[in-house]
Amino acid sequence: MSAVIDDHTHTADDHHHGPAKGFMRWVLTTNHKDIGTMYLWFSFAMFLTGGLMAMVIRSELFQPGLQIVDPEFFNQMTTLHGLIMVFGAVMPAFVGLANWMVPMMIGAPDMAMPRMNNWSFWILPFAFFILISSLFMEGGAPNFGWTFYAPLSTTYAPPSVTFFILSVHMMGISSIMGAINIIATILNLRAPGMTMMKMPLFVWTWLITAFLLIAVMPVLAGVVTMMLMDIHFGTSFFNAGGGGDPVLFQHVFWFFGHPEVYIMILPAFGAVSAIIPTFSRKPLFGYTSMVYATASIAFLSFIVWAHHMFTVGMPLTGELFFMYATMLIAVPTGVKVFNWVTTMYRGALTFETPMLFAIAFVILFTIGGFSGLMLAIAPSDFQYHDTYFVVAHFHYVLVPGAIFGIYAGIYYWLPKWTGHMYDELLGKTHFWLSFIGMNLAFFPMHFVGLAGMPRRIPDYALQFANFNMISSVGAFLFGATQLLFLFIVIKTIINGKKASAQVWDGAEGLEWTLPSPPPYHTFSTPPDIK
Amino acid sequence: MLLGDKPKLIAAVSTLLACGSVYGEWGYNLPQGVTEVSRSIYDLHMTIFWICVVIGIVVFGVMFWSMLMHRKSLGAKPAAFHENTLIEVIWTAIPFLILVSMAVPATQTLIKVYDTKESDIDIQITGYQWKWHYKYLADDVGFFSNLSTPKAEIANEEPKGDHYLLEVDEPMVVPVNKKIRFLITANDVIHSWWVPDLAVKKDAIPGFINEAWTKIEEPGIYRGQCAELCGKDHGFMPIVVEAKSEEDYQTWLVAKKEAAAKERELRDKVWTQEELYSRGEKIYNKNCAACHQPNGEGVPPVFPAIKGSEIATGEPQKHIAVVVNGVQGTAMQAFGKQLSEVDIAAVITYQRNAWGNNTGDQVVPMDIVKFNEAGQ
Repeated sequence: MSAVIDDHTHTADDHHHGPAKGFMRWVLTTNHKDIGTMYLWFSFAMFLTGGLMAMVIRSELFQPGLQIVDPEFFNQMTTLHGLIMVFGAVMPAFVGLANWMVPMMIGAPDMAMPRMNNWSFWILPFAFFILISSLFMEGGAPNFGWTFYAPLSTTYAPPSVTFFILSVHMMGISSIMGAINIIATILNLRAPGMTMMKMPLFVWTWLITAFLLIAVMPVLAGVVTMMLMDIHFGTSFFNAGGGGDPVLFQHVFWFFGHPEVYIMILPAFGAVSAIIPTFSRKPLFGYTSMVYATASIAFLSFIVWAHHMFTVGMPLTGELFFMYATMLIAVPTGVKVFNWVTTMYRGALTFETPMLFAIAFVILFTIGGFSGLMLAIAPSDFQYHDTYFVVAHFHYVLVPGAIFGIYAGIYYWLPKWTGHMYDELLGKTHFWLSFIGMNLAFFPMHFVGLAGMPRRIPDYALQFANFNMISSVGAFLFGATQLLFLFIVIKTIINGKKASAQVWDGAEGLEWTLPSPPPYHTFSTPPDIK
Repeated sequence: MLLGDKPKLIAAVSTLLACGSVYGEWGYNLPQGVTEVSRSIYDLHMTIFWICVVIGIVVFGVMFWSMLMHRKSLGAKPAAFHENTLIEVIWTAIPFLILVSMAVPATQTLIKVYDTKESDIDIQITGYQWKWHYKYLADDVGFFSNLSTPKAEIANEEPKGDHYLLEVDEPMVVPVNKKIRFLITANDVIHSWWVPDLAVKKDAIPGFINEAWTKIEEPGIYRGQCAELCGKDHGFMPIVVEAKSEEDYQTWLVAKKEAAAKERELRDKVWTQEELYSRGEKIYNKNCAACHQPNGEGVPPVFPAIKGSEIATGEPQKHIAVVVNGVQGTAMQAFGKQLSEVDIAAVITYQRNAWGNNTGDQVVPMDIVKFNEAGQ
């Protein structure tokens, strides 16, 4: 994706002028920009794959009755849709943004461990090849939901579950290596004068995210290994008949799973915290409190996991603890939203595509936060749990949260990466169609959920029919619109207008001091930090 | 459009509208329900919803004000402020106080939900793939509750009924105004027993027993569904609770006990091949066909075929063992605990003679009784 420019200003003894040519460039590259580019393309490919599965789900749910797929395949679709979107689309997209932007934002020449960086990317395509190939295995793909609760995912699982476990291990290794690299880069490779409290928020949020990843990916690896042992080696971690406990699975899974949802949102907070000030032409309000709020959210994410399990039969005191802890998350999250809003207040606003996505992010993520607060109330959660209300909630935090955050970041930095401006009219079209499609798809899910529709069912009672049809229409619109984005990116690379180094008149940060596109190697000598 | 087309247009529109009304009302909110707990959860839900709405109006109000009034195109000049400790403290403290005000009623309701003491009736609920079993612990009454929606409705071959997917062959029957305690567990994977009108949702976990309770105030039929993904037919295991007056409940209980006694007598009756076969076909379609399919071909490899299988055409004793004890480590359940000896004998006879498995074998109830005795 990046156009490549040889930088001839290097000294004579520097042999690494530019990238190798051809396919091997991408296989062997240790350059953070190349690897960032590959992460972003890979993630988009996975986004379309997972999206296609969502289209299958929404087609089946378009009307009551079984029309298109049988329940067995429907369950495989919901499972793979979730796994691919979480591990294949959202997480790699953020790592791609981090690869591109973190070294450029802190004045580093590259990532701290470039060879490992290459590895952490190249593991991913193989992991997902294994996962998706399970669709063609005897017995079908994993069909137990992306949360793979035991014993449905152990004793009662199709044989392909072993491949699923291998694939999750590989994703975990990739994430852990990526996280180590990001931490090492941020802590060690900052240009002189770039103190921690001068770092852009995107760098801060990624630093915290990377610590979350290192803390919880091994937990995920642990839980899938326990499954493997239960399936193949005669242990009974999750089998009550052998002295184990199926609920143990949920505790371990959600100890990973809850920080995971913040892994999928914190870097978006960072991107939005760069974009809103730029297009408000006003510095970010409350930088320090933004850093502390992010850290508090990360800390709280470790002590709220059982709010996903209010109905498993915890003791009353357990319910109360997890309810109160979960409600507390609203405080730092509120601080972040208030800060963004105050940044916009009395600014001089313009509404280019990145800003549109960022504003939609703030509004819709806040709505997702409201439903999150409702879900935190344990007694009410007895009614919401495992219904479409939950589906609406997490799609409101993940689609306009994670995905709109990523889109905002891509539109914001794409001119920097490619040296070309994207087509503003097409970008805005992409935004508005996504915005309408997304709300049409997910808002009605609140209603059917409250009215009593459980999640993960291929067919439903008649009183849910109207809203489901609207949801499906919205989902088709949203899905189709993402092809427009592919077109916009290709058009930008091929024949977009030349972009200036500054690109956006209000933008601040080291990345804008570099030419667009930046040379293959940047900051070989550290920049001066004001 | 020509004027002459108007009647056609009206017809088209009214057909569309009629289609819409076939789908019933647009449910969009939690039901208030029929118990004290369900009403207080509903109130909690609405209170927090309205608090969120008010916060939303304030926050989004400031945002939209900025977007409308502070546009660069209107000549807005950006201010330079970027810090204010006082305001940061205020907007940390106020949300915290709002949260405390939410936590108080939530805690009160939760304590009520958790008070399972002093029940009048105890019912054990067991989740199976994909049906529920209800056992009235004090009265020696127990039965399975299966989806009763015809396959043809699901396959869109017949118009769907009013309670499509929310109807069962035998509902749970309970009296009103009695505290009923549910002891909830599962036989295979995790299920979750949920009836919105009672505001009861509790996971059914194999090997563990969870408690929940309800006290229904109005007679009526209340419908729910399994809420935890439990495999292929997760979407097809509804729950129906019928709340009756105390007398009606007692009448039902007596009838239920008499029917059970009659079932037991069947064991000693002399059965003909035809009787066993036709009874077995019904049992098969109710209990086996979900996995092994009505045509006996299964969905290999998870759900193997019975048609032409070694077990269904070989030694009858092995066939009985598989049905009675299940197969460890697979989805095959131990039906010895679920079905009577008569039904097991019938279903085995059916399987050994249907779909070209023409073994001519006849397995009678006494064979199962002997098998069970030998096993002990």
